[in-house]
Amino acid sequence: MKVLFFASLRETMGCSEMVLTSDQPETVKALMTQIFLPDGQSLASYAETESLLLAVNQQMVDRDAPLNANDEVAFFPPVTGG
Amino acid sequence: MYRKIQIQLEDFGIDAVLESLKSQTSAAGGFCFFAGVVRDLNDDDSIESLYLEHYPGMTEKQLHRILDQAESRFGLLGAVVVHRIGSLLAGDNIVLVAVAAGHRGEAFSACEMIMDYLKTQATFWKKESTSGGDRWVAARGSDLSKEAAWGDASD
Repeated sequence: MKVLFFASLRETMGCSEMVLTSDQPETVKALMTQIFLPDGQSLASYAETESLLLAVNQQMVDRDAPLNANDEVAFFPPVTGG
Repeated sequence: MYRKIQIQLEDFGIDAVLESLKSQTSAAGGFCFFAGVVRDLNDDDSIESLYLEHYPGMTEKQLHRILDQAESRFGLLGAVVVHRIGSLLAGDNIVLVAVAAGHRGEAFSACEMIMDYLKTQATFWKKESTSGGDRWVAARGSDLSKEAAWGDASD
């Protein structure tokens, strides 16, 4: 499973991409408890105070979305184009 | 519907995009476009430059989804979206949305809806360099209100 980060979250994470090979989480919510920021807090905990959007296979979903082994999951702040 | 979506580092010419759209939509009686440029002031700070990043692949899909909705809602004959990424300076073009429709009503509405959806659904992010340092631009609540005002047509 490939996990991508964009914009301010990419900078906070210190990387743009991470590959998850063990402990296949069943939902995005579960995945968020397995990803940790450089300061040690989980992405789930970070998302309690920061606005975060998520996509699975390039489609916006909510945190209850189910996951499969080959999914591309992305986390990012609200978009600001245009 | 004729459609073109371009995400690019290079600048674009508004006239050339409009002429190209016109040449592809001979049944259209009305054209409307919106051009967004980099402002030199935001939240009282002067903007020296802007950096735009996006989510390659997903951005194109989101823009296609937005154009699908505009097409089915307004019966558009053509639509072009050009959005720049990378480093931009004050005054530079950022985005161009141009639409072709049978009459002006659909053209005005479709252009506005596409921009409102692009603002909240297309995966672009802006980072500003100001005299006071660099900062990621925060999303505006007013943009979500504008998106919501179009009703439940969004997915």
